[in-house]
Amino acid sequence: MTTATTSSGAAGDTARDDDPAAGSGAPGGREPGAGDPFDQDDLPVPPGATGALLRSLLSPHRARVLRVALILLFQQAAVQAGPLLVAYAIDRGVPAFRERDYGPLIAVAAGYAVCAFGAGLLQYLFISVSGRLSQDVLLELRGRIFRHSQALSVDFHDRYTSGRLISRSTTDVESLRELLEEGLQELIDVILAFVYISVLLLWLDLSMGGVAVASFVPLYLLVRVYRRRVGAVYAERSTAIAGVVVKFSETLNGIRPVRAFRRERANDTEFQRLNARHERSNGDVMLELARYVVGSRLVANVSVAAMVLWGAWRVADGTLALGVLAAAVLYLRRLYDPIDRLGMFLNSYESAAASLAKIAGLLAQTPSVPEPAHPVELPPAPGGQPGREVVFDGVRFTYRTGGEVLPRFGLTIPAGQTIAVVGSTGAGKSTLAKLLARFYDPTEGRVLLDGVDIRELSTAGLRRGVVMVTQESFLFSGTVAENIAIGAPDATREQIEDAARAIGAHEFISGLPDGYDTDVRKRGGRISAGQRQLVAFARALLADPSVLILDEATSSLDVPGERAVQRAMDTVLRGRTAVVIAHRLSTVEVADRVLVMEHGRIVEDGAPAELIGGTGRFAELHRAWRESLV
Amino acid sequence: MPTTPVPAKAPSSARSLLRLWPYVRPVRARLLLAAVIAITASCLSLVIPLVLKWMVDGPVADRDPGGVWLGALVLLLLGIAEAVLFGIRRWLVSRPLARLEAAMRGDLYAHLQRLPVAFHDRWASGQLLSRGTTDLMLVRMFLQFPLTFLVVNGTTILVGFIILFAQDWLLALVLLIPVVPLTVLISYFESRYALAARRAQDQIGDLTTLVEESVLGIRVVKGFGRHRSQARAFKELSQELRGTELVKARLLAGIWSAITVIPEIAIGAALVLGTVQVADGDISAGTLVAFLSIALALRWPVESIGFLLAMSQEAATATDRYFEVLDEERERDTPVGGGSPERAEPTNPAEPTNPAEPADPADRGGLRFEGVSFRYPDSAEGVPPVLDRIDLRIRPGETLALVGSTGSGKTTLTALVPRLHEVTAGRITLDGEDIATMPRERLRALVSVAFEEPTLFSASVGENVLMGAADGTAAPAAELDRALAVAQAGFVRSLPDGVDTGVGEQGLSLSGGQRQRLALARAVVGRPRFLVLDDPLSALDVHTEALVEAALREVLRETTALVVAHRPSTVLLADRVALLSGGRIAAVGTHQELMRTNAEYAWLMSGSTGTGEGNHPR
Repeated sequence: MTTATTSSGAAGDTARDDDPAAGSGAPGGREPGAGDPFDQDDLPVPPGATGALLRSLLSPHRARVLRVALILLFQQAAVQAGPLLVAYAIDRGVPAFRERDYGPLIAVAAGYAVCAFGAGLLQYLFISVSGRLSQDVLLELRGRIFRHSQALSVDFHDRYTSGRLISRSTTDVESLRELLEEGLQELIDVILAFVYISVLLLWLDLSMGGVAVASFVPLYLLVRVYRRRVGAVYAERSTAIAGVVVKFSETLNGIRPVRAFRRERANDTEFQRLNARHERSNGDVMLELARYVVGSRLVANVSVAAMVLWGAWRVADGTLALGVLAAAVLYLRRLYDPIDRLGMFLNSYESAAASLAKIAGLLAQTPSVPEPAHPVELPPAPGGQPGREVVFDGVRFTYRTGGEVLPRFGLTIPAGQTIAVVGSTGAGKSTLAKLLARFYDPTEGRVLLDGVDIRELSTAGLRRGVVMVTQESFLFSGTVAENIAIGAPDATREQIEDAARAIGAHEFISGLPDGYDTDVRKRGGRISAGQRQLVAFARALLADPSVLILDEATSSLDVPGERAVQRAMDTVLRGRTAVVIAHRLSTVEVADRVLVMEHGRIVEDGAPAELIGGTGRFAELHRAWRESLV
Repeated sequence: MPTTPVPAKAPSSARSLLRLWPYVRPVRARLLLAAVIAITASCLSLVIPLVLKWMVDGPVADRDPGGVWLGALVLLLLGIAEAVLFGIRRWLVSRPLARLEAAMRGDLYAHLQRLPVAFHDRWASGQLLSRGTTDLMLVRMFLQFPLTFLVVNGTTILVGFIILFAQDWLLALVLLIPVVPLTVLISYFESRYALAARRAQDQIGDLTTLVEESVLGIRVVKGFGRHRSQARAFKELSQELRGTELVKARLLAGIWSAITVIPEIAIGAALVLGTVQVADGDISAGTLVAFLSIALALRWPVESIGFLLAMSQEAATATDRYFEVLDEERERDTPVGGGSPERAEPTNPAEPTNPAEPADPADRGGLRFEGVSFRYPDSAEGVPPVLDRIDLRIRPGETLALVGSTGSGKTTLTALVPRLHEVTAGRITLDGEDIATMPRERLRALVSVAFEEPTLFSASVGENVLMGAADGTAAPAAELDRALAVAQAGFVRSLPDGVDTGVGEQGLSLSGGQRQRLALARAVVGRPRFLVLDDPLSALDVHTEALVEAALREVLRETTALVVAHRPSTVLLADRVALLSGGRIAAVGTHQELMRTNAEYAWLMSGSTGTGEGNHPR
């Protein structure tokens, strides 16, 4: 019996036991190298989600979109009026002037001034209004990504690496910003100019306009070919740069082992490979653009030559006015000028579309631990006692992929009891804790706090009730005091220091350069793992919950630190319900009750003395531990 | 460390950009050729209006339909030449510039890997990453466009105006006048825009930090129900960013309306004036048409000067940021001329601080700390050193446990052995050889380390572990098995691909205990002469810990080891224990001895004072 436990303890923990979603704990739950979209940074995007996202972002600003469109319509009209005035000046103004009739010329001057100032003013309006519009859209989008990523449950975060989430809300939003601020205006400008100029050319002279319109066919084909080809090289380049970035940051964040294990040269070689791949695709993108620019310029210049030939022939023939030819030539210049920029727009469009699809994929993830629509308040604590009763009522928990972590079980922890949960890695201890903290929801059954299903509690209510301290004690940028106050934002400095004192952290904090006001980021590297855990504890102490969960929260503490935690639980947290998960059994001595878990089942349950005196697993574990103390 | 605002002075930007020369040198011929080609192409487009003029005044005016064929043919050839030349320009520079960008990035990466660890402690990795990506992209774009086009457009403007003046000086003057106010206005706007842009950049940085922390600390955020207040903080920051972006938009709107209005007015004036002149017969209709087309062709070069300069400015800042890192000095091997000047005199012969060790000058083997002091290079003057005159000796084959309260400098001490940090005073010797005079490569091959934070890289499990082995290890597979067995990392076998399973940022995520065991395997894999273990068993459960200890005992028997320990079970791996307190070695002895004689040690190990009742440390 005990030998079986031993071997399973050492070798049976293929998955993170605190990570039901990793899936590999279930045999065959993950096919190596295939299938899991999380590995590929490729969350499934429901069909049409990208478009729907864009629409939902723009629809509140419908009126403004319309205004922007109108402004642009008039602005382009003002801009494109110039050559018409040239034609009028040459064909009408010149002869009239010779007749001493200054009317047409004054009209041209006035018209030109109006158009110039009108175009300038409209341009100003357009950029301000569209700037406001795109900023509002980006604000909304950033907020949505942020709120959504915060709302998504812990099992999502376990799988979706932080780097990806960060790049969703930075680089991906950034590429959309580029599109909105630079690309979109360019595109609308180009399209409007095409439409206006084609109409004007057709109006000036049907056949010359016809040539211009005909030239759109090869241009359109060019754009299509370019889009298809550049799409492929773009995808390759963004994969390549991602590889470079990962290698870069991994090396920087692991610089100590890199140095200690003399990885520099091997890393250089590996980086060279990744860098060369990016170099190649980067060059490909530039060459693809070069190809497009040459092609479109050729089409444009050939069409200009053709139209000039045709127009000049007709003027020489006497069937076309000279001014019209001049206007047409000026228009042609404007017509084909923006096609280079169209290529750049297409680039930013490609990357923005890819980014938007990734964002849509993220937003399409539903939080598996949703907030209740109609939150219920916890009843006032019975008898003025700080602790609350916890009940696991027929709870069962399985991986999404189907592997069972916790078979159906029931458990009641009376208010004020401290229970210790022990067992080997992978036994399901952390899962139990996370169900109680509502990091996960049970597949079946309910978790009750003083008779209330915790799924019905508001977030604030739940956190007044249950607080969990984990092994990883993350410090946010800001001062030490602010970090402790995360547990209770309104706490006074005195309360913060009291909490630190109670846990034995006051001494080291006072020794920091600025005491409690030391910025943890600046000296972050100098705060040791043990000290971080003490800060995390002070945080929990200050939060003063009814139920406290400690999940391996003492692993980096030394013995005095551990003792301080136990003392604090005995004094400051007296009367609270506590669930303590620890590898080390020292903590167990303060517990009222011990649960031994194995393969997701509670195999022993009783008072510590009772279990130690017995012949079960806990007695065995405890003996081994005593021996290790010497 | 944060990007210091670079004053917008042209000379300093030019000087910054000049530093790019070593990288530009190999591609200088191509860049130059590309510039010449671009100038040619650009001037060709100025010739086109002249052909138009010839057609209007010649065949068209003469009603000679046949004559227009020649003009059109010339136009066609010019057009094709222009398109092809622009294509050749891009083709010439595309690959070389991609190579240049890659070369700069490769140099930065290689350099960063070799900068002292103290440097990395000071710099956030995001800051360095942005230098390796965005900044280098800006530099590449600068070489691709602004550098060439400042020359090209300058030349085009010059040639254009020469042609214009040759046609008609009065009209040319009318067009020339607005160039001055336009460039003044644009550069004024650009400088204000650059300020707003930098502010926006900083605000984006703050926003990114918030996002990063909210994601990395998600368990804390959720555990304390703080996502509302995080969202509030996010909202505030993003509102601020929006404010700055709107300022930018208004400035941009100002620039663009000026760019639209001023040239249009000038062209309008030229048109009216030109019409009068045509009517008076001073110039031909063809001249007016050519004139207006040239004016139109010159608009873009003039408008572009402003933002080309802005791009150059950005590239200069990026270059500064790049070289700021590249100028940092690498770790140097074997200091020339007698080592560091502030090295302390050898400790006094009596060695009173180390009672456990008899004075035995003949035996110089093992790992030895002699009068070692350390303070962080950036710590304030008055702060006492982290480590103060440490004397410690670990005999060959011996294992010494290092014990001390949280934050006493144990981890710092271990970092000195592989020279991740340099001692401030004193020296450390391996088998009598001062590590300061050893090549780091050899030192680090001799010393193997398992860190408190078990970092795995994006590679297979096997590769991660074998990183610890010397390059020419015989039978790596057998050695890997042995190391995994020592660390009780049998779980590796049941991973999807066994030892070939990818881990790290791009692979399977492992639990803290699993990572710690792999890090331990990595430390012992090469059968290193010296082993430094920083609290190597903290994340293991009791069972695994006992198994690892048993296996580790075998390994420790044949190496000289320094083990940082928090608990009695780990201490028992060692032959002797040293107590680190107040930056000094307070006591050395066996576990039992110290438990009996040292109150602080007893307190650290059992949480209660052993001998001296109520004798609390510090």
